[in-house]
Amino acid sequence: MNTILETIIAPGSIDFALAIGIILVKIAVVIAIALLHVAYATYFERKVIAHMQVRLGPREVGPYGLFQPFADGIKLFFKEDIIPAKADKPLFYLSPVIFFIAALTSLAVLPFFDGFVIADLNIGLLFLLAMSSLGAYGIILSGWSSNSKFSFLGGLRAASQVISYEIAMGLSLVGVMIMAGSLNLSDIVRAQHAYPTGVFVIPQFLGFFVFVVAAFAETNRLPFDLPEAESELVAGYFTEYSGFRFALFFLGEYTGMLIMSSLLALCFLGGWTIPRFITDFIPFLSAVPGIVWFLMKVYAFMFFYYWVRATLPRYRYDQLMAIGWKLLIPLALINILITGLVKAWIKGLL
Amino acid sequence: MIATAFALGALVVGSIFRLKRPYAEKLMPYESGNPPVGEPRQRFSVKFYIIAMLFVVFDVEAVFLYPWAIVFDKIGLYAFIEMVIFIVILFVGYIYAWKKEAFVWD
Repeated sequence: MNTILETIIAPGSIDFALAIGIILVKIAVVIAIALLHVAYATYFERKVIAHMQVRLGPREVGPYGLFQPFADGIKLFFKEDIIPAKADKPLFYLSPVIFFIAALTSLAVLPFFDGFVIADLNIGLLFLLAMSSLGAYGIILSGWSSNSKFSFLGGLRAASQVISYEIAMGLSLVGVMIMAGSLNLSDIVRAQHAYPTGVFVIPQFLGFFVFVVAAFAETNRLPFDLPEAESELVAGYFTEYSGFRFALFFLGEYTGMLIMSSLLALCFLGGWTIPRFITDFIPFLSAVPGIVWFLMKVYAFMFFYYWVRATLPRYRYDQLMAIGWKLLIPLALINILITGLVKAWIKGLL
Repeated sequence: MIATAFALGALVVGSIFRLKRPYAEKLMPYESGNPPVGEPRQRFSVKFYIIAMLFVVFDVEAVFLYPWAIVFDKIGLYAFIEMVIFIVILFVGYIYAWKKEAFVWD
Protein backbone atom coordinates (compact mmCIF):
# COMPACT_ATOMS: atom_id res chain seq x y z
CA MET A 1 0.00 0.00 0.00
CA ASN A 2 2.70 2.41 1.02
CA THR A 3 4.83 1.59 -2.00
CA ILE A 4 1.95 2.20 -4.39
CA LEU A 5 1.26 5.55 -2.86
CA GLU A 6 4.92 6.45 -2.82
CA THR A 7 5.15 6.13 -6.57
CA ILE A 8 2.61 8.94 -6.79
CA ILE A 9 3.83 11.18 -3.98
CA ALA A 10 7.32 11.78 -2.64
CA PRO A 11 8.80 8.86 -0.63
CA GLY A 12 8.70 9.26 3.13
CA SER A 13 5.89 11.76 2.97
CA ILE A 14 3.40 9.34 4.56
CA ASP A 15 5.52 9.10 7.70
CA PHE A 16 5.81 12.85 7.56
CA ALA A 17 2.05 13.32 7.28
CA LEU A 18 1.51 10.84 10.10
CA ALA A 19 3.95 12.71 12.33
CA ILE A 20 2.18 15.98 11.60
CA GLY A 21 -1.17 14.34 12.31
CA ILE A 22 0.05 13.11 15.69
CA ILE A 23 1.34 16.58 16.56
CA LEU A 24 -1.98 18.16 15.54
CA VAL A 25 -3.92 15.72 17.71
CA LYS A 26 -1.58 16.44 20.61
CA ILE A 27 -2.09 20.19 20.16
CA ALA A 28 -5.85 19.80 20.02
CA VAL A 29 -5.87 17.67 23.18
CA VAL A 30 -3.66 20.09 25.10
CA ILE A 31 -5.65 23.16 24.05
CA ALA A 32 -8.98 21.53 24.78
CA ILE A 33 -7.85 20.38 28.22
CA ALA A 34 -6.20 23.71 28.98
CA LEU A 35 -9.31 25.69 28.03
CA LEU A 36 -11.48 23.38 30.11
CA HIS A 37 -9.10 23.98 33.00
CA VAL A 38 -9.29 27.70 32.41
CA ALA A 39 -13.08 27.59 32.39
CA TYR A 40 -13.12 25.73 35.67
CA ALA A 41 -10.40 27.97 37.08
CA THR A 42 -12.93 30.81 36.93
CA TYR A 43 -15.56 28.64 38.65
CA PHE A 44 -13.03 27.50 41.25
CA GLU A 45 -12.00 31.10 41.89
CA ARG A 46 -15.57 32.27 42.41
CA LYS A 47 -16.31 29.38 44.76
CA VAL A 48 -13.10 29.78 46.76
CA ILE A 49 -13.48 33.52 47.19
CA ALA A 50 -17.17 33.20 47.95
CA HIS A 51 -16.50 30.73 50.74
CA MET A 52 -13.69 32.90 52.09
CA GLN A 53 -16.21 35.74 52.28
CA VAL A 54 -18.91 33.51 53.80
CA ARG A 55 -21.00 33.44 50.61
CA LEU A 56 -21.99 30.49 48.46
CA GLY A 57 -20.81 31.51 45.00
CA PRO A 58 -22.41 30.27 41.77
CA ARG A 59 -25.01 27.54 42.40
CA GLU A 60 -27.93 28.11 40.02
CA VAL A 61 -26.65 26.61 36.75
CA GLY A 62 -26.44 22.84 37.07
CA PRO A 63 -25.57 20.91 40.24
CA TYR A 64 -23.51 23.15 42.55
CA GLY A 65 -23.37 25.67 39.71
CA LEU A 66 -21.00 23.41 37.79
CA PHE A 67 -22.20 24.57 34.36
CA GLN A 68 -21.66 28.23 35.20
CA PRO A 69 -18.44 28.57 33.10
CA PHE A 70 -20.26 27.27 30.00
CA ALA A 71 -23.19 29.59 30.59
CA ASP A 72 -20.79 32.51 30.87
CA GLY A 73 -18.98 31.45 27.71
CA ILE A 74 -22.18 31.11 25.70
CA LYS A 75 -23.43 34.44 27.01
CA LEU A 76 -20.23 36.24 26.03
CA PHE A 77 -20.27 34.53 22.64
CA PHE A 78 -23.66 35.97 21.73
CA LYS A 79 -23.13 39.44 23.18
CA GLU A 80 -22.91 42.44 20.91
CA ASP A 81 -19.38 43.35 19.89
CA ILE A 82 -19.28 47.11 20.50
CA ILE A 83 -16.47 48.95 18.77
CA PRO A 84 -16.13 52.60 19.81
CA ALA A 85 -16.45 55.05 16.93
CA LYS A 86 -13.14 56.73 17.73
CA ALA A 87 -11.18 53.50 18.15
CA ASP A 88 -8.24 52.57 15.97
CA LYS A 89 -10.08 49.71 14.26
CA PRO A 90 -7.39 47.29 13.01
CA LEU A 91 -5.47 47.44 16.29
CA PHE A 92 -8.68 47.23 18.29
CA TYR A 93 -9.64 44.06 16.40
CA LEU A 94 -6.24 42.45 16.69
CA SER A 95 -5.01 43.16 20.21
CA PRO A 96 -7.19 40.63 22.10
CA VAL A 97 -6.21 38.03 19.53
CA ILE A 98 -2.51 38.77 20.08
CA PHE A 99 -2.94 38.53 23.83
CA PHE A 100 -4.79 35.22 23.60
CA ILE A 101 -2.41 33.64 21.08
CA ALA A 102 0.63 34.59 23.15
CA ALA A 103 -0.93 32.88 26.16
CA LEU A 104 -1.92 29.71 24.32
CA THR A 105 1.38 29.36 22.45
CA SER A 106 3.23 29.10 25.76
CA LEU A 107 1.39 25.83 26.41
CA ALA A 108 3.42 24.19 23.64
CA VAL A 109 6.62 23.91 25.66
CA LEU A 110 5.17 22.75 28.99
CA PRO A 111 5.92 19.10 29.79
CA PHE A 112 2.82 17.85 31.60
CA PHE A 113 4.41 14.52 32.45
CA ASP A 114 7.50 12.64 31.42
CA GLY A 115 7.77 12.76 27.63
CA PHE A 116 4.47 14.52 26.97
CA VAL A 117 5.27 17.88 25.48
CA ILE A 118 4.20 19.28 22.12
CA ALA A 119 7.45 21.00 21.24
CA ASP A 120 10.45 19.75 23.19
CA LEU A 121 12.47 22.92 22.64
CA ASN A 122 15.90 23.08 24.20
CA ILE A 123 15.21 26.77 24.93
CA GLY A 124 11.76 26.14 26.43
CA LEU A 125 12.20 28.49 29.37
CA LEU A 126 13.40 31.32 27.14
CA PHE A 127 10.44 30.70 24.83
CA LEU A 128 8.03 31.02 27.76
CA LEU A 129 9.57 34.30 28.87
CA ALA A 130 9.43 35.61 25.31
CA MET A 131 5.76 34.66 24.97
CA SER A 132 4.84 36.29 28.25
CA SER A 133 6.39 39.55 27.05
CA LEU A 134 4.60 39.20 23.72
CA GLY A 135 1.32 39.23 25.63
CA ALA A 136 2.23 42.73 26.82
CA TYR A 137 1.88 43.91 23.21
CA GLY A 138 -1.76 42.91 23.23
CA ILE A 139 -2.31 44.89 26.43
CA ILE A 140 -0.50 48.02 25.27
CA LEU A 141 -2.14 48.02 21.84
CA SER A 142 -5.60 47.52 23.32
CA GLY A 143 -5.06 50.39 25.73
CA TRP A 144 -3.85 52.63 22.94
CA SER A 145 -6.35 51.72 20.25
CA SER A 146 -9.46 52.03 22.43
CA ASN A 147 -8.97 55.80 22.52
CA SER A 148 -10.46 56.06 25.98
CA LYS A 149 -8.80 57.60 29.02
CA PHE A 150 -9.28 54.59 31.25
CA SER A 151 -7.90 52.22 28.66
CA PHE A 152 -4.97 54.48 27.93
CA LEU A 153 -3.94 54.77 31.58
CA GLY A 154 -4.45 51.05 32.11
CA GLY A 155 -2.32 50.22 29.10
CA LEU A 156 0.49 52.50 30.27
CA ARG A 157 0.47 51.04 33.74
CA ALA A 158 0.36 47.50 32.44
CA ALA A 159 3.28 48.15 30.11
CA SER A 160 5.62 49.47 32.77
CA GLN A 161 4.50 46.95 35.36
CA VAL A 162 4.98 43.95 33.09
CA ILE A 163 8.42 45.01 31.89
CA SER A 164 9.59 45.87 35.41
CA TYR A 165 8.62 42.51 36.83
CA GLU A 166 9.82 40.61 33.81
CA ILE A 167 13.40 41.50 34.74
CA ALA A 168 12.91 40.21 38.27
CA MET A 169 11.31 37.03 36.94
CA GLY A 170 14.04 36.43 34.36
CA LEU A 171 16.75 36.95 36.97
CA SER A 172 15.06 34.72 39.53
CA LEU A 173 15.15 31.84 37.05
CA VAL A 174 18.90 32.20 36.43
CA GLY A 175 19.57 30.37 39.71
CA VAL A 176 17.49 27.43 38.46
CA MET A 177 19.36 27.49 35.16
CA ILE A 178 22.72 27.37 36.94
CA MET A 179 21.61 24.37 38.99
CA ALA A 180 19.99 22.51 36.12
CA GLY A 181 22.43 23.53 33.39
CA SER A 182 19.65 23.61 30.81
CA LEU A 183 16.79 25.70 29.47
CA ASN A 184 14.74 22.66 28.49
CA LEU A 185 11.89 22.33 30.99
CA SER A 186 11.98 18.50 30.94
CA ASP A 187 15.71 18.57 31.67
CA ILE A 188 15.13 21.00 34.52
CA VAL A 189 12.64 18.60 36.09
CA ARG A 190 15.01 15.65 35.65
CA ALA A 191 17.83 17.65 37.19
CA GLN A 192 15.63 18.30 40.21
CA HIS A 193 14.82 14.63 40.57
CA ALA A 194 18.53 13.85 40.54
CA TYR A 195 19.24 16.56 43.10
CA PRO A 196 19.41 15.51 46.80
CA THR A 197 16.49 17.71 47.96
CA GLY A 198 14.32 16.60 45.02
CA VAL A 199 12.98 20.11 44.46
CA PHE A 200 14.76 23.37 43.74
CA VAL A 201 12.58 25.38 46.10
CA ILE A 202 14.77 24.51 49.08
CA PRO A 203 18.17 25.65 47.75
CA GLN A 204 16.54 28.39 45.64
CA PHE A 205 14.19 29.87 48.24
CA LEU A 206 15.23 33.44 47.37
CA GLY A 207 14.60 32.86 43.68
CA PHE A 208 11.32 31.17 44.54
CA PHE A 209 10.16 34.17 46.55
CA VAL A 210 11.08 36.59 43.77
CA PHE A 211 9.41 34.39 41.19
CA VAL A 212 6.14 34.11 43.13
CA VAL A 213 5.83 37.88 43.59
CA ALA A 214 6.77 38.51 39.96
CA ALA A 215 4.25 35.89 38.80
CA PHE A 216 1.46 37.81 40.50
CA ALA A 217 2.55 41.04 38.86
CA GLU A 218 3.11 39.49 35.42
CA THR A 219 -0.40 38.11 35.26
CA ASN A 220 -1.92 41.38 36.59
CA ARG A 221 -3.47 39.64 39.55
CA LEU A 222 -4.21 41.09 42.95
CA PRO A 223 -2.45 42.56 44.90
CA PHE A 224 -0.78 43.95 41.75
CA ASP A 225 -3.80 44.37 39.46
CA LEU A 226 -3.26 48.12 38.96
CA PRO A 227 -3.65 47.97 35.17
CA GLU A 228 -7.28 46.95 35.65
CA ALA A 229 -7.92 48.47 39.08
CA GLU A 230 -11.70 48.54 38.92
CA SER A 231 -12.14 51.15 41.65
CA GLU A 232 -10.18 53.78 39.73
CA LEU A 233 -9.82 52.66 36.11
CA VAL A 234 -13.17 50.83 35.58
CA ALA A 235 -11.47 47.87 33.87
CA GLY A 236 -8.18 49.34 32.69
CA TYR A 237 -7.01 48.36 29.24
CA PHE A 238 -10.10 46.37 28.30
CA THR A 239 -12.69 48.96 29.40
CA GLU A 240 -14.00 49.38 25.85
CA TYR A 241 -14.11 45.70 25.01
CA SER A 242 -17.27 43.66 25.06
CA GLY A 243 -18.58 40.31 24.01
CA PHE A 244 -16.14 37.73 22.77
CA ARG A 245 -13.20 40.13 22.52
CA PHE A 246 -13.54 40.66 26.24
CA ALA A 247 -13.74 36.89 26.65
CA LEU A 248 -10.42 36.53 24.81
CA PHE A 249 -8.74 38.87 27.30
CA PHE A 250 -10.35 37.00 30.15
CA LEU A 251 -9.29 33.58 28.85
CA GLY A 252 -5.81 34.89 28.11
CA GLU A 253 -5.41 36.14 31.66
CA TYR A 254 -6.47 32.84 33.20
CA THR A 255 -4.32 30.87 30.76
CA GLY A 256 -1.45 33.10 31.85
CA MET A 257 -2.14 32.18 35.48
CA LEU A 258 -2.20 28.50 34.54
CA ILE A 259 1.12 28.86 32.73
CA MET A 260 2.75 30.71 35.60
CA SER A 261 1.58 28.00 38.00
CA SER A 262 2.93 25.30 35.69
CA LEU A 263 6.24 27.13 35.33
CA LEU A 264 6.50 27.38 39.08
CA ALA A 265 5.71 23.68 39.48
CA LEU A 266 8.25 22.75 36.81
CA CYS A 267 11.12 25.01 37.83
CA PHE A 268 10.87 24.96 41.61
CA LEU A 269 8.58 22.15 42.75
CA GLY A 270 9.86 19.29 40.64
CA GLY A 271 7.13 19.09 37.97
CA TRP A 272 5.78 15.58 37.58
CA THR A 273 8.24 14.03 40.07
CA ILE A 274 8.22 13.82 43.82
CA PRO A 275 11.41 13.99 45.91
CA ARG A 276 13.17 10.68 46.32
CA PHE A 277 13.33 10.90 50.10
CA ILE A 278 9.53 10.78 50.14
CA THR A 279 9.33 7.76 47.83
CA ASP A 280 12.04 6.04 49.88
CA PHE A 281 9.91 6.59 52.96
CA ILE A 282 6.52 5.69 51.43
CA PRO A 283 7.34 3.48 48.41
CA PHE A 284 3.85 3.06 46.94
CA LEU A 285 3.65 6.79 46.12
CA SER A 286 5.96 6.27 43.16
CA ALA A 287 3.15 4.28 41.49
CA VAL A 288 1.03 7.45 41.21
CA PRO A 289 1.24 8.81 37.64
CA GLY A 290 3.28 11.97 37.15
CA ILE A 291 0.41 14.04 35.79
CA VAL A 292 -1.33 13.77 39.17
CA TRP A 293 1.61 15.30 41.00
CA PHE A 294 1.98 17.97 38.35
CA LEU A 295 -1.69 18.97 38.48
CA MET A 296 -1.71 18.90 42.27
CA LYS A 297 1.17 21.38 42.35
CA VAL A 298 -0.49 23.59 39.73
CA TYR A 299 -3.84 23.58 41.56
CA ALA A 300 -2.15 24.37 44.84
CA PHE A 301 -0.59 27.45 43.34
CA MET A 302 -3.84 28.46 41.62
CA PHE A 303 -5.51 28.22 45.02
CA PHE A 304 -2.74 30.41 46.39
CA TYR A 305 -3.59 33.01 43.72
CA TYR A 306 -7.22 33.11 44.92
CA TRP A 307 -6.26 33.04 48.55
CA VAL A 308 -4.04 36.10 48.10
CA ARG A 309 -6.78 37.82 46.13
CA ALA A 310 -9.25 37.31 48.95
CA THR A 311 -6.74 38.43 51.59
CA LEU A 312 -4.63 41.35 50.43
CA PRO A 313 -5.69 44.86 49.36
CA ARG A 314 -4.27 46.46 46.22
CA TYR A 315 -0.88 48.15 46.30
CA ARG A 316 -0.30 51.76 45.31
CA TYR A 317 1.51 52.27 42.03
CA ASP A 318 4.66 53.79 43.55
CA GLN A 319 4.78 50.92 46.06
CA LEU A 320 4.48 48.44 43.21
CA MET A 321 7.42 49.98 41.37
CA ALA A 322 9.44 50.22 44.59
CA ILE A 323 8.93 46.51 45.33
CA GLY A 324 9.87 45.54 41.79
CA TRP A 325 12.97 47.66 41.40
CA LYS A 326 14.29 48.12 44.91
CA LEU A 327 13.57 44.75 46.46
CA LEU A 328 13.10 41.98 43.90
CA ILE A 329 15.91 42.83 41.46
CA PRO A 330 18.67 43.11 44.10
CA LEU A 331 17.36 39.94 45.76
CA ALA A 332 17.46 38.08 42.46
CA LEU A 333 21.00 39.30 41.74
CA ILE A 334 22.15 38.24 45.21
CA ASN A 335 20.53 34.87 44.62
CA ILE A 336 22.48 34.46 41.39
CA LEU A 337 25.77 35.35 43.09
CA ILE A 338 25.15 32.96 45.99
CA THR A 339 24.10 30.13 43.69
CA GLY A 340 27.15 30.69 41.52
CA LEU A 341 29.49 30.79 44.50
CA VAL A 342 28.06 27.63 46.06
CA LYS A 343 28.15 25.75 42.80
CA ALA A 344 31.73 26.84 42.15
CA TRP A 345 32.65 25.78 45.66
CA ILE A 346 31.05 22.35 45.20
CA LYS A 347 32.96 21.89 41.99
CA GLY A 348 36.15 22.76 43.82
CA LEU A 349 36.91 25.87 41.83
CA LEU A 350 37.32 28.11 44.85
CA MET B 1 -1.53 28.22 14.75
CA ILE B 2 -4.50 26.39 16.16
CA ALA B 3 -4.69 29.11 18.79
CA THR B 4 -5.02 31.68 16.01
CA ALA B 5 -7.64 29.61 14.29
CA PHE B 6 -9.59 29.28 17.52
CA ALA B 7 -9.53 32.97 18.34
CA LEU B 8 -10.33 34.22 14.85
CA GLY B 9 -12.81 31.43 14.18
CA ALA B 10 -14.79 32.19 17.30
CA LEU B 11 -14.86 35.88 16.44
CA VAL B 12 -16.04 35.26 12.87
CA VAL B 13 -18.69 32.72 13.85
CA GLY B 14 -19.83 34.97 16.64
CA SER B 15 -20.19 37.91 14.29
CA ILE B 16 -22.81 35.96 12.33
CA PHE B 17 -25.03 35.29 15.32
CA ARG B 18 -24.72 38.20 17.63
CA LEU B 19 -26.79 41.35 17.74
CA LYS B 20 -25.65 44.53 16.12
CA ARG B 21 -27.55 47.62 17.17
CA PRO B 22 -24.99 50.36 17.39
CA TYR B 23 -25.98 53.96 18.01
CA ALA B 24 -24.00 57.08 18.77
CA GLU B 25 -24.15 56.93 22.56
CA LYS B 26 -23.07 53.33 22.62
CA LEU B 27 -20.05 54.06 20.48
CA MET B 28 -18.74 56.85 22.71
CA PRO B 29 -15.68 56.13 24.84
CA TYR B 30 -16.74 55.19 28.35
CA GLU B 31 -16.27 57.94 30.90
CA SER B 32 -18.57 56.97 33.75
CA GLY B 33 -21.67 58.05 31.85
CA ASN B 34 -20.54 61.59 31.08
CA PRO B 35 -19.81 62.82 27.59
CA PRO B 36 -16.02 62.49 27.16
CA VAL B 37 -14.00 65.62 27.89
CA GLY B 38 -10.83 66.44 25.98
CA GLU B 39 -8.47 64.11 24.19
CA PRO B 40 -7.85 60.67 25.70
CA ARG B 41 -4.25 60.52 24.53
CA GLN B 42 -2.79 63.06 26.90
CA ARG B 43 0.74 63.78 28.01
CA PHE B 44 1.89 61.31 30.60
CA SER B 45 4.63 61.14 33.17
CA VAL B 46 8.22 60.95 31.94
CA LYS B 47 8.76 58.21 34.53
CA PHE B 48 7.35 55.66 32.13
CA TYR B 49 10.12 56.45 29.65
CA ILE B 50 12.80 56.09 32.30
CA ILE B 51 11.39 52.72 33.33
CA ALA B 52 11.39 51.63 29.69
CA MET B 53 15.04 52.61 29.27
CA LEU B 54 16.08 50.86 32.48
CA PHE B 55 14.17 47.81 31.30
CA VAL B 56 16.23 47.65 28.11
CA VAL B 57 19.49 47.80 30.09
CA PHE B 58 18.52 45.18 32.63
CA ASP B 59 16.85 42.86 30.18
CA VAL B 60 19.95 42.74 27.99
CA GLU B 61 21.93 41.99 31.13
CA ALA B 62 19.57 39.13 31.96
CA VAL B 63 19.99 37.79 28.43
CA PHE B 64 23.77 37.83 28.93
CA LEU B 65 23.34 35.85 32.12
CA TYR B 66 21.33 33.00 30.55
CA PRO B 67 24.07 31.42 28.40
CA TRP B 68 26.53 31.84 31.24
CA ALA B 69 24.17 29.99 33.58
CA ILE B 70 23.69 27.17 31.08
CA VAL B 71 27.37 26.44 30.48
CA PHE B 72 28.29 26.98 34.13
CA ASP B 73 29.43 23.37 34.48
CA LYS B 74 31.78 23.53 31.55
CA ILE B 75 33.54 26.83 32.14
CA GLY B 76 36.31 27.40 34.63
CA LEU B 77 36.95 29.79 37.45
CA TYR B 78 38.02 32.51 35.03
CA ALA B 79 34.58 32.86 33.42
CA PHE B 80 32.92 32.78 36.82
CA ILE B 81 35.02 35.68 38.12
CA GLU B 82 34.43 37.49 34.85
CA MET B 83 30.68 37.27 35.38
CA VAL B 84 30.97 38.39 39.00
CA ILE B 85 32.78 41.49 37.77
CA PHE B 86 30.02 42.02 35.18
CA ILE B 87 27.32 41.82 37.85
CA VAL B 88 29.28 44.19 40.11
CA ILE B 89 29.56 46.76 37.29
CA LEU B 90 25.81 46.45 36.76
CA PHE B 91 25.24 46.90 40.44
CA VAL B 92 27.18 50.16 40.33
CA GLY B 93 24.90 51.36 37.53
CA TYR B 94 21.90 50.17 39.50
CA ILE B 95 22.98 52.14 42.58
CA TYR B 96 23.52 55.19 40.37
CA ALA B 97 19.98 54.90 39.03
CA TRP B 98 18.69 54.52 42.57
CA LYS B 99 20.60 57.63 43.77
CA LYS B 100 19.28 59.56 40.76
CA GLU B 101 15.80 58.65 42.05
CA ALA B 102 14.82 56.85 38.88
CA PHE B 103 12.67 54.48 40.95
CA VAL B 104 10.84 57.19 42.89
CA TRP B 105 7.29 58.01 41.86
CA ASP B 106 6.03 61.31 43.17
